[in-house]
Amino acid sequence: MYLCAKFQDCKIKKVNKMVFNKQFLKNSLTALIVAVPLITFANASQDTVHSSITSRNAAKLETHGKHHETAGQVSQADKINDHISHHLQDAHDFDFYSDEQTGEHHGFPLPVILFDNGLKVFSSAKFNHGENVAEVDGNYYKLYHGRIYKTDVAGTLTFDDHHHPSNAEPLDFSITKNVLSLLFTALLIFLLFTSLAKGFKKKGPNALPTGFNRVLEPLVLYVRDEIARPNIGEAKYKKFMPYLLTVFFLIWVLNLLGLTPLGINVTGNIAVTVCLALFTFVITQFSANKEYWGHIFWMPGVPVPMKIVLAPIEILGMFTKPFSLLIRLFANITAGHTVVMGLIAIIFVAKEQLTVGGSIGTSLLLTLFISVIELLVAFLQAFIFTMLSSLFIGMAVQEHEHDHDHSHDHAHGHDKHHAEDPEIPVI
Amino acid sequence: MEIPNLVGAGLIVIGAGVGLGKIGGSAMDAIARQPEAAGKIQTAMIIIGALLEGLAFGALILGKN
Repeated sequence: MYLCAKFQDCKIKKVNKMVFNKQFLKNSLTALIVAVPLITFANASQDTVHSSITSRNAAKLETHGKHHETAGQVSQADKINDHISHHLQDAHDFDFYSDEQTGEHHGFPLPVILFDNGLKVFSSAKFNHGENVAEVDGNYYKLYHGRIYKTDVAGTLTFDDHHHPSNAEPLDFSITKNVLSLLFTALLIFLLFTSLAKGFKKKGPNALPTGFNRVLEPLVLYVRDEIARPNIGEAKYKKFMPYLLTVFFLIWVLNLLGLTPLGINVTGNIAVTVCLALFTFVITQFSANKEYWGHIFWMPGVPVPMKIVLAPIEILGMFTKPFSLLIRLFANITAGHTVVMGLIAIIFVAKEQLTVGGSIGTSLLLTLFISVIELLVAFLQAFIFTMLSSLFIGMAVQEHEHDHDHSHDHAHGHDKHHAEDPEIPVI
Repeated sequence: MEIPNLVGAGLIVIGAGVGLGKIGGSAMDAIARQPEAAGKIQTAMIIIGALLEGLAFGALILGKN
């Protein structure tokens, strides 16, 4: 925490001196922090403030296969749960907010790309948020809980025992909300860093960068000097810098986008984190040296029976490391989003007990508090992911020049190698 | 008797809280003893904290279903 605070502190100081004047920065930062929960609150209220709804809209509010089609009223808790789980999921359209009384959705549709006996491309507006059956070249598709199923003309879905539709699912390559966010982030990072690179190309490596590059340069140096160098080692860190920088800025920007009220939740999607962890896993395995494999299959410096016992544990450890990476990022961001939305829901849940003003005030304060923590978590998770990735890579590429007989003595962690011992339970 | 999920979540959070407290406390002790090593201790603290957090979150997610 201190490290991070110190780092951000000096970053802001630097920015103060160079780019903005101090008062302006102070004011805009305060305004930003105050505005975050306000904007989020404004969106959520559109969805959940009315307790009476029409039965047509009630049909859409199904949670985990529990059907409420018959009931005109859906309990408030169910509605809030539904709203949160809907937010955590990927979607085929960008929905900023929706009015449940009129059934209007404010947002824009995204292209749907299906592979089902040939490529089918159409706009997700055809689904009308799951209410309509989309007809493409004589095939009928229906959107149900964020997934596309093949149906007949009427859009009938058959359910199995677990209330999951048993209809056929076409291969879905759609540009979904997450894909669009990823593409946007990629473009943003590309533009920012090409301008940084251009600046250095033009003025030479020792020149003072200008504009926004002054914010980026210390971050790049931070990743290099605090994350890559100490963990991977002076000799080999350069080869892994592109990956570490990419993963750091990708996760950070996506986490920060998740804090905006646009409803983006990319790093809280397990498919994305699985993919990122897979990159780390593959890079680690393919850059590993002989010693790393020796430590996994035939641990040096221990008796033979122990070597046999250790081998399966080490092989398991190979997989638990990236697994812990993906679970950590996914769970942190999911939990953060859930908590923020849950705190916003206080407005509606505690309306009777605290009066409207009281519940809004409580919710606003708590949401503000959690949002500020989430800002820290957004950075911390990017830092931790990059840090642990470089740690795992470092374990695989470092030359162990010291005596192996002492390499498993955890009590005396005087050397960097001990911190990276594969026997630390990494989950 | 069925124990509700919330109880399990509470137990996980208690465990994680105790663990994080121990990590933070030890780090404070260590920094007080050797202020010049504060940076290294911070990094190690954050890493161990993240590992613990990963464990707790893993348990929370597995316990959710």
